[in-house]
Amino acid sequence: MRHIIAVLLENEAGALSRVAGLFSARGYNIESLTVAPTDDPTLSRMTLVTTGNEEIVEQIKKQLNKLIDTVKLLDLTEGPHIEREMMMIKVRAEGENRQELKRLVDIFRAKIIDVTDTSYVVELTGASKKLDAFIDAVPEGLIVEVVRSGPTGIARGEKGLSL
Amino acid sequence: MELNAVQLSGAEIVVQALIDEGVQYVFGYPGGSVLHIYDALFKQDRVKHILVRHEQGAAHAADGLARATGRCGVCLVTSGPGATNAVTGIATAYMDSIPLVCITGQVPTPVIGSDAFQEVDTVGITRPCVKHNFLVKDVRDLALTLRKAFFIATTGRPGPVVVDIPKDVTDPNVKIPYVYPREIRMRSYHPTEKGHPGQIKRALDLMLQAKRPVFYTGGGVILGEASALLTELVRLSGYPITSTLMGLGAYPMTDPQFIGMLGMHGTYEANMAMHETDVLIAIGARFDDRVTGKIEHFCPHAKIIHIDVDPSSISKNVRVDVPVVGQVASVLAELVRLWKEQAPSAVGRPVAEWWDKIGEWRRVDCLHYDRTSEKIKPQFAVETLYKVTGGDLYLTSDVGQHQMFAAQFYPFDKPRRWINSGGLGTMGFGLPAAMGVQLAFPEAQVACISGEASILMCIQEMATCKQYNLPIKVILLNNGYMGMVRQWQEFFYGSRYSHSYVDALPDFVKLAESFGHVGMRVERPADLEAAMAEAFAMKDRFVFLDVVVDPTENVYPMIVAGKGQHEMHLAPSLSERELA
Repeated sequence: MRHIIAVLLENEAGALSRVAGLFSARGYNIESLTVAPTDDPTLSRMTLVTTGNEEIVEQIKKQLNKLIDTVKLLDLTEGPHIEREMMMIKVRAEGENRQELKRLVDIFRAKIIDVTDTSYVVELTGASKKLDAFIDAVPEGLIVEVVRSGPTGIARGEKGLSL
Repeated sequence: MELNAVQLSGAEIVVQALIDEGVQYVFGYPGGSVLHIYDALFKQDRVKHILVRHEQGAAHAADGLARATGRCGVCLVTSGPGATNAVTGIATAYMDSIPLVCITGQVPTPVIGSDAFQEVDTVGITRPCVKHNFLVKDVRDLALTLRKAFFIATTGRPGPVVVDIPKDVTDPNVKIPYVYPREIRMRSYHPTEKGHPGQIKRALDLMLQAKRPVFYTGGGVILGEASALLTELVRLSGYPITSTLMGLGAYPMTDPQFIGMLGMHGTYEANMAMHETDVLIAIGARFDDRVTGKIEHFCPHAKIIHIDVDPSSISKNVRVDVPVVGQVASVLAELVRLWKEQAPSAVGRPVAEWWDKIGEWRRVDCLHYDRTSEKIKPQFAVETLYKVTGGDLYLTSDVGQHQMFAAQFYPFDKPRRWINSGGLGTMGFGLPAAMGVQLAFPEAQVACISGEASILMCIQEMATCKQYNLPIKVILLNNGYMGMVRQWQEFFYGSRYSHSYVDALPDFVKLAESFGHVGMRVERPADLEAAMAEAFAMKDRFVFLDVVVDPTENVYPMIVAGKGQHEMHLAPSLSERELA
């Protein structure tokens, strides 16, 4: 099963490599990992997406918690949560494809953020599946480049993952 | 406060912090990046520096001191090769959860990353084998970082911490106010203390219902200073107890309730009891593969209670029914209290049928060996060592057959007496570890049991032993083979002894003498006791006793990797009783 785990980390040199090293050393899957400082500059927030059976995910969470730099951890998939990923996708946009792509952008509530005579850069935010769906919907052969941020997430409701 | 603070350089801060931590011995080896620190060491006499002959020895010696005393071991090495040489020792400590602070020099901050002379990414290299590590880039962070290092190393599940200090951070010309932070709080590190009362109650209920209970205890009991409480609980309950290699001595091994070590080379009765038990009480043990054998066959009838300070140890290899996360001593104290309070009628409760069954297994006499042999059997050598030392010994070990024979035939009645590399299995550990032990307990009998292969891996430390007059006794079980490798090759590789024969051995007597020590060699069983007695009578001398043992002896019982714990190979002389 896919799990989205949010981790508050001390914003210190090496903290990210401790997490990455843990996954490779123990042979855990890691689908994506995003990290950036929070409003408190001494803290980073990391979102990682991993897959595995319940025992493995339980171990992953315990091992993450065991890292000295880990301040707090939350498995977002355990409760209602919102998942967002940002994608920028460069597509070949010529002739009648320009209109077709424009329609797709509207349908997915995406934005065209760069235009040339022959291309668009489309920005799209949403759950990872929505991004997948957009990629699938682009007519074959038009995709020039895809860049995705990896998912981030936040729990629904008033409680926050903070100190 | 800082107005009154003494002004110190980074190098002086390192030394003063060690003094403030109450560190008595630092094991180290100087080099370019740590010269400022060595100069600061030179100017004081509170912290004693022990000059090893290889950085691996520094880490092992600090580790040995930590295992014997419970205090944090400290080593100090230079950058680059100094640090990489220490890595084996750091990893050894990590696998056995030993509190260690390893200070490594680093090239000056402006040249980090430039492939400078003797530069290596120490923090990167050691990351997977430390509890935590630090690179200190500013002298103002030095005191707090060192305090954190000791705090992290010694609390919770202990482990090694590396503090990497670039040379410019120890610059003797840059002085700052020094205040050592006594109290420390870290928002990201809160080691577990007390166990959950509800879980402790559930554990107790399960224990009271048990018909075929077994205590399975590990190194965590010793690390957690819980031996006395464990002994009390085991005696209150009347239940049998087995121990891992790392836990030997936490419960007196000469006590009748102790049924021997378990696992790959554990006793028949211990492994059979594990296989048949209905309630397994695991304390400070981690369900290592050398203990469990094939997981599918592990304790098939048991409900499992697991008490451990490290949440990540719970259900890591084996799913447990009643986890109790907490310091072993605090949980055991609570269990003892509850047992006395709630189960007075159960005290000494008869699990008589279970003991009868265990008695049957015991009668197999699984540790039987040929006592009439004209060659010295390694088992006999260990038994003689026990006899000569009266059981009062700190025994360090290297890795291999001699380690297993020592674990099987030297019953330790106290914790912290049996000092060996269980997790990493580091050949070369024994001699430097013994140095740490002997320095911590100058009056105690300290021996290192080893093999002719292991001992050569850190043989250079004989020079350290000479320099500091450490009267260690090396008991070398010399069979001319890497015995455990040879045993596996005999069993699983058609007796093709590929590179396990130690050809061209040195003359160990002359070797010891050349280092300024006493060397002795024994070849006949009849001479062994007198020779050992003579060696231990030399209370102020390092004695190297080269004991020529039967080259083909194997360690039994043995659970072959991938087999269940009840599928033991017994010695050929007992094989008619061997299970299918």
